[in-house]
Amino acid sequence: MNTNKYSTISLNRNPSKFLSIFAKNWAAFFLLILIVVFSFTGQRFFHLANFQNIVHLSTIYLLLSSAETFVIITGGIDLSVGFVMGLSSVLSATIMQRLYAANYSPVWSILIGCIITLIVCIIPGFISGVLITKYKVPPFIATLGVGGIANGITLLMCGGFPVAFLPPYLTEIGNGYLIYVLPGKAFSFFNRPEGIFGEEVKDLIRIIPNSFIFIFIILIILWHVLRNTRFGKHNYAIGGNMDASVRAGININKHLMTVYVLAAFLSGVAGVFNVFQTGIGNYTPFSAMYELLAIAGVIIGGASLMGGKGGIIGSVIGVILISVIENGLHLSGVDPFYRFIAVGLVLIIAVVIDQSFPDLL
Amino acid sequence: MEKMIIEKNGIRGFFMQLGNKWAIIFLLLEFTIFSFAIPGFFSFNGIQVLLINSPFILLLGLAETFVIISGGIDLSVGFIMGFASVVSAKLIAVFVELGINDLFSIIIGIIATLIIGTIPGLVNGILIGRLKVPAFIATFSMLGITHGISELLIEGSYAKNVPPLAGAIGNGSLINIVPGKTVSFFISPAVQRGEQLIEILPNMFVIPFIIIVVFAFILKRTKFGKHTYAIGGNVDAAIKAGINVKNHITKIYMLSSLFSTIAGILYMLRFVTGKADAGLVFLLDAIVAVVIGGASLYGGIGTVWKTLTGCFIILVLEMGLRMFGVPTFYKLIVVGIILIFAVLIDQFFPELIHKED
Amino acid sequence: MGYLLEVKNLTKRFGGLVAVDNVSMEVKEGEVVGLLGDNGAGKSTLIKMISGVYRPDGGKIFFEGKEVKIDSPIKALSIAIETLYQDLALAENLNVYSNIFLGREKLRKVLKFINVLDNNYMHEESKKILERLEIEIPSLRNRISMLSGGQRQAVAISRSIYWNAKLLIMDEPTAALGITEQKKVLDLINKLKSQGIGIIIISHQLYDVFSVSDRLVILRRGKKVGERNIKETNPDEIVSLIVGAEKVSEKIYPEDRN
Repeated sequence: MNTNKYSTISLNRNPSKFLSIFAKNWAAFFLLILIVVFSFTGQRFFHLANFQNIVHLSTIYLLLSSAETFVIITGGIDLSVGFVMGLSSVLSATIMQRLYAANYSPVWSILIGCIITLIVCIIPGFISGVLITKYKVPPFIATLGVGGIANGITLLMCGGFPVAFLPPYLTEIGNGYLIYVLPGKAFSFFNRPEGIFGEEVKDLIRIIPNSFIFIFIILIILWHVLRNTRFGKHNYAIGGNMDASVRAGININKHLMTVYVLAAFLSGVAGVFNVFQTGIGNYTPFSAMYELLAIAGVIIGGASLMGGKGGIIGSVIGVILISVIENGLHLSGVDPFYRFIAVGLVLIIAVVIDQSFPDLL
Repeated sequence: MEKMIIEKNGIRGFFMQLGNKWAIIFLLLEFTIFSFAIPGFFSFNGIQVLLINSPFILLLGLAETFVIISGGIDLSVGFIMGFASVVSAKLIAVFVELGINDLFSIIIGIIATLIIGTIPGLVNGILIGRLKVPAFIATFSMLGITHGISELLIEGSYAKNVPPLAGAIGNGSLINIVPGKTVSFFISPAVQRGEQLIEILPNMFVIPFIIIVVFAFILKRTKFGKHTYAIGGNVDAAIKAGINVKNHITKIYMLSSLFSTIAGILYMLRFVTGKADAGLVFLLDAIVAVVIGGASLYGGIGTVWKTLTGCFIILVLEMGLRMFGVPTFYKLIVVGIILIFAVLIDQFFPELIHKED
Repeated sequence: MGYLLEVKNLTKRFGGLVAVDNVSMEVKEGEVVGLLGDNGAGKSTLIKMISGVYRPDGGKIFFEGKEVKIDSPIKALSIAIETLYQDLALAENLNVYSNIFLGREKLRKVLKFINVLDNNYMHEESKKILERLEIEIPSLRNRISMLSGGQRQAVAISRSIYWNAKLLIMDEPTAALGITEQKKVLDLINKLKSQGIGIIIISHQLYDVFSVSDRLVILRRGKKVGERNIKETNPDEIVSLIVGAEKVSEKIYPEDRN
C-alpha cells in the first residue's frame, strides 16, 4: 500500500535531454529559486546567521531523513523514527539528570547518558527488524507498533513533562559555533571570546555551528556507505528486486535487520542531539509528525517509495528545501500554517515529476 | 450451498478455527475482564459513555476500510475531520450572525460542509487515480494542506459562536424517556427537578451506526464493493476486466473524505466548537483498528464488521484504562502490542475458511 | 474486405524503445492465427493494443470492416473481443465466479430499486461453463488463491469463452497445463473455430500452434518478419524466422554437415 499500484499503463513520453536534466534535479533548482525569492521577500533571509540557523535547526530532520533514506531504498518504511527520537531524548536526559544529581561530574553524566541511550536505542530497531524479517510483518505495521510502544515507554518515563535540571555545558556545545569573530577585536574557537560584553555581543560574528560539523561528518559517512560500499549496493539491490537479491546470495534478513537497527540508532542520535540543542529531554507528541516530514524530505530528494532509488544527497536537499520554505515563509511574515500547505504541495509536485520521468536514475 | 472447510482433527482443528476469529474473542474477553474488574463498567451508563465516544473512530475506521481494501491508504482522514469541524462551526456561526434561525443555520451549515468536505477526497482521488501519485504521499500532502487551511480559518484557536442547539443534538440521545411523562427523540425534553431522565442510545452512536450498516451492505453486496475488492486484489486484472479504475479510486477517496467530514461535523456537534487537529489522534486508531480487524494493508481483504471489532477493541481498552485510572500512554503500549500480535496471528492461523470476504 | 479483424501499421513505443514497429495483420472469422516470436518480439504488446490495454502510437484497427478506436479494455470487451492474458489477470482475493464475472457482474433488484450482486446466478453460470469444459474445481466460492496454476488457467480460459466473443486472443493458453489439459484446450480452440470465432494464439509450444493454426505471423524485434499458411511451411522454417535466418548455422543441424 505504500506504492502506487495504478501505474501499469505507462505514460508515453519522449523527454528532451534538457528537460530530463532539469527534472532530475528539480529539487535543487527549486531550492535555488526559493532562496532568491526569499532573499527579497524575507527580512534578513540572505544572511550568514540565517543560513546557519536553517542548517542548525534542520539537524534533527537530516538525521531522521538519513535513517529513512536507507529504509526507503530497500522498499520499506520506518514510522518509528520520531518516537525513538523521543525515547532517546527523554532517556538520555533522565540519565544525565540523575547522574548529575548524584554528584557525578557534568562530563561523565553527559557521556554516560549518551552512550547508554545509544545502546538502548538499538533495541527498537532490533525488534522492528525481527518482526519484519522473521515474522514477515509489513514494515508499516511493525514500525508503527514499535514506535507506539516506544512512545508509551517514553511517556511512562517522563510522565508527560520535559526532563530538566540537566548538567551544564549541554546547550553550549549544542548551540555553539566553531569560530567567533569580532572584526578587528577578538577571535576565538569554540567559545565566546573572553571579555566581550553587552553591546558587543550583538556584533559578534559566528561561523560554522558545531551542529553543522557534527551532521556533516555523519552525513559524509552515511553517504559513503550508501554510495561506495557493498552494503550500500545491496541496499539498492534489495529495493530494486528482492527476488534477484536473494538469488544472488545476499542475506536479506541480516541486511534488513542492520538497516532498521541503523535507522533506530540514527533516531537515537537525533534524540541525544535534541537534548544538546534544547537543554531538556522531551517526548515526541503525535502532532510533530517527525517521521512524515522525514519521509517527505527523502521523497522530495528523489527516492521512490517502491525502493531502489534515492540517496543521501537527495534527502539532504529535500530536507533543506522544506526548512528553507518554512524559514523563508516565516521571515516573509507569512502565517505559519501556510507551511503545511506549502510542504504538501511541494511533495505532490515531487512525485508527479518523478512519475512523468520514470526512467531517470 | 457449498463451503469448503479443510477439516483438521479434533482439538487442533478447534483451536485453529478459534485462532481465525481471535479478534471477536479478544474483544469479548477484554470486555468481560473490564466488567468484572471495574464497577460501573458494565452498566447502562458505562455502555452509553462507550458509545458516545465511538463515532470518530468508527467513521474514520469505515473510511480507512474502504481505502485499505482498495489497496491504498488515507493519511488525511484525521485532518479532514478537523477541517470539517472547523468549517461547519464557522459556517453555522456565520449563518446565525446573518440572522438565520439556529436550526436552519445548523442544517444548512452541515449540508454545506458535507459538500465542501468531499473536495479533499476528490483531490486525493485525482492525484492517486489519475496522476499516479502514491497514496501515502498524496494523502500525507492533503493532511498538511487541510491542516494548514483549518488553522488559517480559525487563526490558531477554536471555532466559536456555535449555537447551543448544536450541542443539544450532539449530546442527545435517540430515545429520551421521562418515566411516566414524555418520550422524545434526538433532543432531551425539559426536565423538572426530581424527575428522572432515561437516555437511550446517544445520537453520536446512532448516526455512524446507520452509516456503517448501509456501507457494510454496499461493500459486500454491490458491484461497487466487488470492484473495490478487485482493485485491491489485482489492479491489473481489474483494468483488463474493463473496470474504470481511475474513476473508482476517485470515488473511494471521496467516500473516505465524506466519512471523515461527517466525523468532523459530529465532533462539532458534540463539543460545540471546531478544532483543526481534532482528528489527529484518531488517524492512528483508525488504521490500527482496520489492521487488528484482519484487513491486509496490501489490499483486497477485510470487511466493515471486522473493522468494527477492531474499533471496539480499542474503545473498550481506552475506557477500561481510563476507569482504572491508568494514564493514557499505556494505551499506546498496549495498542502497539495488540497490533503486532494481530499481524503475527494471521501467520500462525492461516484462513481455514477460504470463502472470499 | 471480409476480415473479422484487420490491423494496419500498428506501432507502440515505450520511451526510446519501439516495441511494435509498423505491424499489419488480419484474422478472418473461423480462422486461427498463430502469433509467434521470441521473447521481446512484441507479441504481447501487439495484442494488448487490440485488447485495449495499450493505445497505439500509430496505425489503425478495423473490426468487422469498420475502423475502431480501442482506447480501453472495456471498449474491446464491448465489441466482443475477449483476451486471455499470459498473467491470467485474475484477482487472487476473489472466488471463481467473481473472477469470471469481473467487471460484468450480474445484478438483481432488492426492494425494487437497490441493485445487488446476483451471486446465485453467477455461481450457477460459472458451474455450467466449467462443467462444459470438463474442469474440476471443488468449490466455486473459495478464493482462487487456493487453486493450482492449472486450475487458475482453466478459470481464465472459462472467462474468456463465456462471453461469446467474436474475436478471442489467447496469450500462452497452455503454459501451466498438463498434457491432458493441453489437449482439451486445443480441442476447445478447434470447436470455437468451427463456430466462426476468430482466434489469435500466442504460444511457445510450436506443436500446439501447428496443430490448430491456419496461418502464422512471425514477429522479431517489433517487426513482422514473415507470414505463412500452415500448409506451406514447417517448424524449421518458422524457427529460423523467429530467431533470424542468419543465426541458424550448421552447428544447429549437425546431420546436414557432410
